[in-house]
This record gives sequence, C-alpha cells and structure tokens, in this order.
Amino acid sequence: MTMLIIVLLPFLAIFPVWMVGRRNRFISMLVAAATSASALVALATLAPAVMSGEVLTSSWPWIERLGLELAFRVDGLALLFGILILGIGTLVIVYAYFYLHDDDPIGSFYAMLMTFMGAMMGVVMSENVLLLVMFWELTSISSFLLIGYWKHLPAARQGARMALGITGGGGLALLAGMLLIGHIVGSYDLTTILASNELILGHDLYFVALVLVLLGAFTKSAQFPFHFWLPNAMSAPTPVSSYLHSATMVKAGVFLLARMHPALSGSSSWFVLVTGAGTITLCFAAYVALFKHDLKGLLAYSTISHLGLITACFGFSTKLATTAGVFHIMNHAIFKASLFMSAGIIDHETGTRDARVLSGLRHSMPITFGLATLATLAMAGFPLFSGFLSKEMFFEVAFLSMDNPLAGEIRGYEWLFPVLATFGGLCSMAYSFRLIGDVFFGEENPDLPKHPHDPPAGLWAPVAILVFFCVAIGVAPFLFQGFVFVVAQAVIGGPAPDYKIAIWHGLTPALGMTGVAVVGGALLYRNWRSIHSFHTRFAPISGKVIFEAFVEAAVASARRLTAWFDNGSMQRYIATTIGFATFVGFLGWYQLGWTPGTLDLTLAPPVALIPWGVLIAATALTIRFHRKRLAAVVMMSVVGLIVSLIFIFFSGPDLGLTQLSVEVVTILLILLSLYVLPQWTPRESTPRRRGRDAILSCAAGLGVGALAYGVMTRPQQTISDFYLEKSVPEGGGSNVVNVILVDFRGFDTMGEIAVLMVAAIGIVVMLQGRRPVRPNDVRPLIEERFPVMLTTTTRPMMALILVIAFYIFMRGHNLPGGGFIAGLVASVALIIQFLASGKTWTNKRLTVDFARMGALGVIIAVCTGLAAFLFEKPFLKGGLAHVHVPGIGEIHLASAMSFDLGVFMVVVGALLIIIKRLSEYHGGDDDEVESMKDRR
Amino acid sequence: MILHTAILITMGLISFSILLNLYRMAEGPRTLDRVVGLDTMYINAIAMIVLMGMYADTDLYFEAAMLIAMMGFVGTVALSKYFLRGDIIE
Repeated sequence: MTMLIIVLLPFLAIFPVWMVGRRNRFISMLVAAATSASALVALATLAPAVMSGEVLTSSWPWIERLGLELAFRVDGLALLFGILILGIGTLVIVYAYFYLHDDDPIGSFYAMLMTFMGAMMGVVMSENVLLLVMFWELTSISSFLLIGYWKHLPAARQGARMALGITGGGGLALLAGMLLIGHIVGSYDLTTILASNELILGHDLYFVALVLVLLGAFTKSAQFPFHFWLPNAMSAPTPVSSYLHSATMVKAGVFLLARMHPALSGSSSWFVLVTGAGTITLCFAAYVALFKHDLKGLLAYSTISHLGLITACFGFSTKLATTAGVFHIMNHAIFKASLFMSAGIIDHETGTRDARVLSGLRHSMPITFGLATLATLAMAGFPLFSGFLSKEMFFEVAFLSMDNPLAGEIRGYEWLFPVLATFGGLCSMAYSFRLIGDVFFGEENPDLPKHPHDPPAGLWAPVAILVFFCVAIGVAPFLFQGFVFVVAQAVIGGPAPDYKIAIWHGLTPALGMTGVAVVGGALLYRNWRSIHSFHTRFAPISGKVIFEAFVEAAVASARRLTAWFDNGSMQRYIATTIGFATFVGFLGWYQLGWTPGTLDLTLAPPVALIPWGVLIAATALTIRFHRKRLAAVVMMSVVGLIVSLIFIFFSGPDLGLTQLSVEVVTILLILLSLYVLPQWTPRESTPRRRGRDAILSCAAGLGVGALAYGVMTRPQQTISDFYLEKSVPEGGGSNVVNVILVDFRGFDTMGEIAVLMVAAIGIVVMLQGRRPVRPNDVRPLIEERFPVMLTTTTRPMMALILVIAFYIFMRGHNLPGGGFIAGLVASVALIIQFLASGKTWTNKRLTVDFARMGALGVIIAVCTGLAAFLFEKPFLKGGLAHVHVPGIGEIHLASAMSFDLGVFMVVVGALLIIIKRLSEYHGGDDDEVESMKDRR
Repeated sequence: MILHTAILITMGLISFSILLNLYRMAEGPRTLDRVVGLDTMYINAIAMIVLMGMYADTDLYFEAAMLIAMMGFVGTVALSKYFLRGDIIE
C-alpha cells in the first residue's frame, strides 16, 4: 500500500496545487513541497527492508487480459532513483518559487511538475513493464509541457515539440520492445523477466527486442545520434532543466539500461551497441560542450557526455562497471542539478547566460561563486569530490575492458576505450575550468544587463544542500558504499563486486588517466582561443536543422500521399469509397460465389407495393431533378416519408418517428443553406465521368441488394433475441430500442451526443464572423415577412408540440419514444417560432443559452453513468424505482431517464445552436441592416 | 369483416392518390405545385397509417400519424416560406 501511495501522492497534488496557485503562490509551493517531502518519508520507511537486500513488490489487478497490472517494486535501484526524484524534486520546488517571475502562472507549473514527478516515480517503481512504458510516455508528455512552459517563446515551442517527437518516438519503440520481451518470456512481470536472461538471449527475436529497448533508452537519455533534443530543451525554465534534463528524466534512459541489465546484457550485441553509443556520446558531447557559450548549453552537452559515460559503464557490463554506472548516476544527478541551479542564479541576477559576456563575478556573487566552484570540481572529477570517485571507477573499468570476452566484432580495437575515456575526461576538465574561469575570474564586466549580487537564500540554499552531498560523498565515501552496493546488486542481478570505494587506491592506471586528463584539460583551457578558432572553421552540423527538415519532409510526403487519392473533390472521394467497398464485396462474391437462401419468401402485401413503387420513383426523380435544388429537396422528403412509413409498417415505430423528425430538421437545415447557395447546380462533370459514376453506383446498389437478399433468406440467430430477452430484467424497460440506446449501448450514445455537441460547436466556430460571399439569387415573391396566418397558427402549435415531446419523452423507456425523438420534436416546436416570427422576435423571448443547455446535457449523461459507481455497478448500469404520485399514478423512474434527459438536452441544445447560427449567417439582424443603411 | 374489406379498398384508393401526388410532383410545372403535392402526400400518409392501425387493431400507429401531421405542417411551412421569401428564418 505504501508503494501505491508514493506513486499516487504527486498525482493527487496536481489539482490542489494548480487551483491554489492562482490565488496564492506561496501556499501552492508549500503544498507541492510537502507532497514530495511526504512521499520521500514514505519511501524512507521502506528503505531498511531494501537495504537488507529485500525486493518489495505489491500489485493490484488492472486490465488482466492485456497483462497490465498495477504492480510496483522497490529494490535498490528504485530506492536510489526515488530518493533522487523526490529529494531533488523538493529542492527544485523551493528553488522555482524564488526563480519564477510573479507574472508566470506558478500553479500550472507546479501541476506539471507534480505530473512529471508522479510519472517518474511510476517509471522507477513499476514491476509491470507495460505499466513502466505507460509512465515513461507520461514523462515525455509532462516534459513537453514543461519545456514549452513559456509559451510565448518560439524556441520553447520548437524545443518542446522536438523533445516530444524524439522521446515519444523512442517510447513507442520501447513499447514494441517490451511487447516482444513479454512474448519471449511469457510474462510482463519484471521479476520473471529479470530471471529469464538465458531464455531471452537464446531467442531469435532477441536482437530486435534489444534494439527497440535501446532506442527507447538512447532517445530518452540523449545518446548520440538522438542527443540534439536536449540542448534545445534548454529553453525551459531553469528549474525544469535542472530537474528533468539533468537529474531525473534523462536518467530514465540509463535507468532502463540498469533495470533491464540482468535480463538483456551478456551478449556481444549488448556490449557493442551500448558501450559504442556511450563512448561516442561521451567524447563527442564533451568536445562540443567545450565551445558552448551559453552556460545552460554547456551544461546540457556536459549532461549528454556524462550520460554517455554511464551508458558505457552499463555496456561494459562487469560487476565493477555497473557499480560505477550506478554510483555515477547518483553523483551526476547531485552535482549537475546544483550546477543548473547556479546557472539559473547567474541568469536571474545578471540577466545573461553568455560565458563571453560574464566575467569576474567572484566579487559580486561570492556565495554563488563558492557553491558553483565546488559543484564544478565534482563534475570535473577532482579528488575529494564525489565525481572523482565514480570517474576513477569508470577509468578503471575502461582500462580493464581491453580484454572483455564479449568484444565480438570490435575485437582488436578495445584499446580505444581507455583512450576515448581519457579524451572525454580531458574535455570535461577543460570545460569545467572554462565554466569557472570565464564566469567568475578575470576582470569584472561593468556592462551586464543587471547589476549582479548574490540571490536570496531561497535560491542558493537548495544548491548548498546538494553541494554538501557532493563534498560529503567525496570526503567520506565509506558512508555511502553500502547503499551504492545495494543499488548495484539490483542492476547486476547478483552479489556486489569485491571492491572498496576509496579516494586512494595506489598508483593504478586509472590514476594515470586522471592525471593525463587534469594536465591535458588545463592545457586545453589555456589554449582555448586558438582551438576555438580552429573549431569554428568547420560548418556546424545542427541536429535541430536536420530534425526540422525531416519533419517537414514527412509532412510533405504525407500530404502528397493524401492528395493522391483525395484531391479535395467530393465526387472523387465518394467514388473512391464506393468503388472500394464494391470491389471488396465483389471479391467475396468472386471467391465464394453467391447462392440465395433456402427460406420461403414472404408474400408482398399488395397495399405495400404502391408505396415501394413510389419510393423507387421518388429516388429516380431526385436524380432527375438534382440540378434544380429545391425540387430535389422536395423529392428527397418523399423518400424520407416513405422510408418512415416502411419502418412503421414493419413494427419499427421508434425508427419511424425518428426518421420523420430527422427528415424535417434536415429539410430546415438544407433550406437555410440553400438561401446562400445557387438555385441551380451547374453541369460540371464530363459524360464519361457521369457514365462511370452511374455504373459504379448501380454496381454498388445491386451488390448491396444481393447481399441483403442472401442474408435475409437464410435462417439465422440474430443478436436481437438477446436484447428482447434481457431488456426488461436488466434494462428495466420494455421498449427494447430505447433500452439499447440508454443502457446496453449507453456508452455509444454518450459518445454520440458528445459528437453532436462538438459538431454544433464546430459549426458555430466555422461560421464565426462570416458573411456569405455571394448574395442569393432568390427574389422574394411577397413583401410580408411574417404572415399573420402563420404567426397565429404556430403559437398554439408550439404548445401542442411541446406537450407531445414531453409525452414521448416520459414514456420512452417502455413504449416508442425517448430522449432523442423528444429532443427533435421539441426543437422543431421552437424552430417554427423562428420561421413564423423571425429571429429578432424569437431571440427576445427565447433567452435560453442553448450552448450551455447542450453542455449541461452531456454532463448529466456522464454523471448518470458515474452514479452507477456509487452502487458498485459498472459505468452506466441502470437502476430503477417505482414512485407513486397522488393524482398522476405510478411513475416509473429508471436511472435511464436522467440519461435520457441528458440526450434530450443535447439534441435540443445542438440543433438550436446550429439553426440560430445558420440564420445569423444570412443577413445579420435588423439593427445591423439599419446601421448599414445609415452608413450609405 | 365488412370493415376489413372497406379498409382494404380505402387503402387501395389512398395508395392510388399517393401515386397521383407523385405524378404532380414529377410534372410540376412550378415548384409550388410540387410543394403542394408533397403536403398532400403527407396527408395521405397519415390516412394510410390510421388505416393500418384500424386494420391491425392497435393504437400504436396513431402517434406516428400525429407526428407526421405536425412534421408535415412544419416542412410545408418551411418550403413555402422559402419559396415566397427565400430566407426561412428572417
């Protein structure tokens, strides 16, 4: 239970933090910080068990059929990451409160940060790999939102999009990889997967699964060649950079390597791919960082380089190497978070982050100078600082990897590893020197945008806490050795190596490599200018430009593909659709043949023959008159009328009633549109094309006819028997159609009414502020706008129709009717008032906000569905009650009725919105016409 | 028994008049003629439904008849308004 609470706590805080943030920034910060601190305390209660070597798991079923469980696990690795995420998270929350400007909405910032924190805790504590992927994607999304926090900056939006594109894409690859692993192992439980190393390695799909998982890890941890999103993510506010893009989220990639290490490592492909990517990233990024002028850019490339180092450690895959990787994850998170915060302080107090402008800040910002220098020494790997220990271990394993048995294809080149490692360390030394030397030493620059001074304690105190750990680990490593080894055990999947983390190991090769790095780094920094001018001779390769070009090319080719079959012509679109459907139908006929069924044919009643003849004739006439639009509308109404007669005749009164009402509303809408359209459709297509269309539609029609004939002449078990049987006992209504709509398929109905509302809103938005381009060519035949006859008859009509609508609504559950028909009928009653008396008159009297009504309808429907949860029944499961009301009699109350009320309100709301909007589209109201006359 | 026969004969006659309505709508010559034809067809449809109800001895059909009466009225009004003024909601 504790584990569930730890993961859920940040999510639960999202809303409170958001809401409070609008009113009081300080309380919002307190809530956020208290949440992460209490999650940390909860995690600490599990620590003793974990430290004694236990792996704690607990799980709740979720979607069992998919193998998805709400399963959590706390082992050493999860504990380390949990402490980093929640601990640094708390510090960042405090830091951000002082960092963000008063105009920045802090509530939404903390809300996003809490989302991220919860997602990240989910990633590191998942026991089910599908759950892990889900939280993984959530970290990508919350990172996207946080990078784009300053929405007004184009760079922030581009950076956010790029980060989402790359890490989200990697997440998809990871999902595929996890599914493959699940397929190989037969379980999505991490415990089972981690114990199946041999099974996975021996499987044919191992390489594919490995590459997919590595794609996920490398994109997230910004490994070459996916590294370029991280520098572009630096447009995020600095607290975000220090939290997500140095300490935690980018660590999710190396976390994944560590997590899957027991299951996937041990092959030569793992060694080559992981070590290769890590080493290349380490050297490349450290070299690039050397020439970055933006402090955050420098730190971003430095982060990439350190992530490369950690990746390489997991690639070497020996016990000592993985321990070094784990140790460096911890150290890097601490010193890099503090360095980003220091860069943020400098930016905040001086107004710039450009290393070329900044100079001599040691006098004006002594506290920042001290803290940043200590953190930088840790980053560079100076003795007595945390970074030294893990880097020393890395050098040692790089040296030892020269006789790694898994070298495979790269055998013979293993000497490269220590060389490249030393080169990376050397560059890292040099950019660390530069960071401190350029910013804090030298002459003080008097032309800074702001007058620099040390920040309030709220900004530097979090840095100080982190720096304290950098030094503490560096001076007294034995205090942390036990913890690191517990973490390492989880990654190794066995006992920790026989090694002692210490400052002095004697004269080892690693010490020599450190020596080379320190001396070389110092030399490099001395000659930085000449090396920089050499570097700038080459044209820079921008990952951003390549990525944007790729995105644009993808969009362009998608457009081309779409344009190929949908060139915007409605005729072609319909022809393609019908043509394909016909083709598929005829394919089946060609393969299997067609035989009529064996059932006896029903004798057609002679009375019915004439309406059917009329139906066919009216359809033909619609085609004949289709250029003369009004006549075509009249003919279509005949078709609609006959169809509803047929429905009624064949005992489908609900369908008949619905068809009738829909018919009238459709005619009203078409007439409204016809006002702004030409009266005649011009002849646009060639005879050949018309011939093609005729053949196509005849083939489709005959095909459907043949299908229907074939099906209806066969004995069959339809689903309707089920509904007829269950309608009364389970749905509580004898009108099966209505029960299906509001109960059995209530979920569909809810989606549909939502769609209806969305369509109405869409129409409103699309017609916003528009006027028809061409005036109508209908000339009024009479002057009188609102004939008295019409106005007088429609008033009582409205009352009558509304009563009928109410009646249809009330009895809908048991007899033909229901919310949908009643809504249509009631809308018609209101619309005829617009017809008879004009919109000005009606709007004055009909002051209902129909948009609100429709929205309320959707809410009522959803709440009815949710109410079923109160009775511990599934969503939308109906309940019923019978109430005796004196004077009226027994009233049948089903929960379906309130759902039906929602449907009713949505139908009325949506229709009235659309009709009102279309009528306003026409000519504006009278006042507007008057004012136009005045202007003339 | 005689009632059933009478109903069947009436149904036949009404069907025939529906055919005549359709003829008017096909021929025109003016659109107004077609609109009137449609309105008459609505009325005949009501008659048809009521007859069906009487024949099957059920009152389930009558609401459909009532709804057709209302909806037919609204449809016709809208078409006439369009015909006379061009804009149905002014």
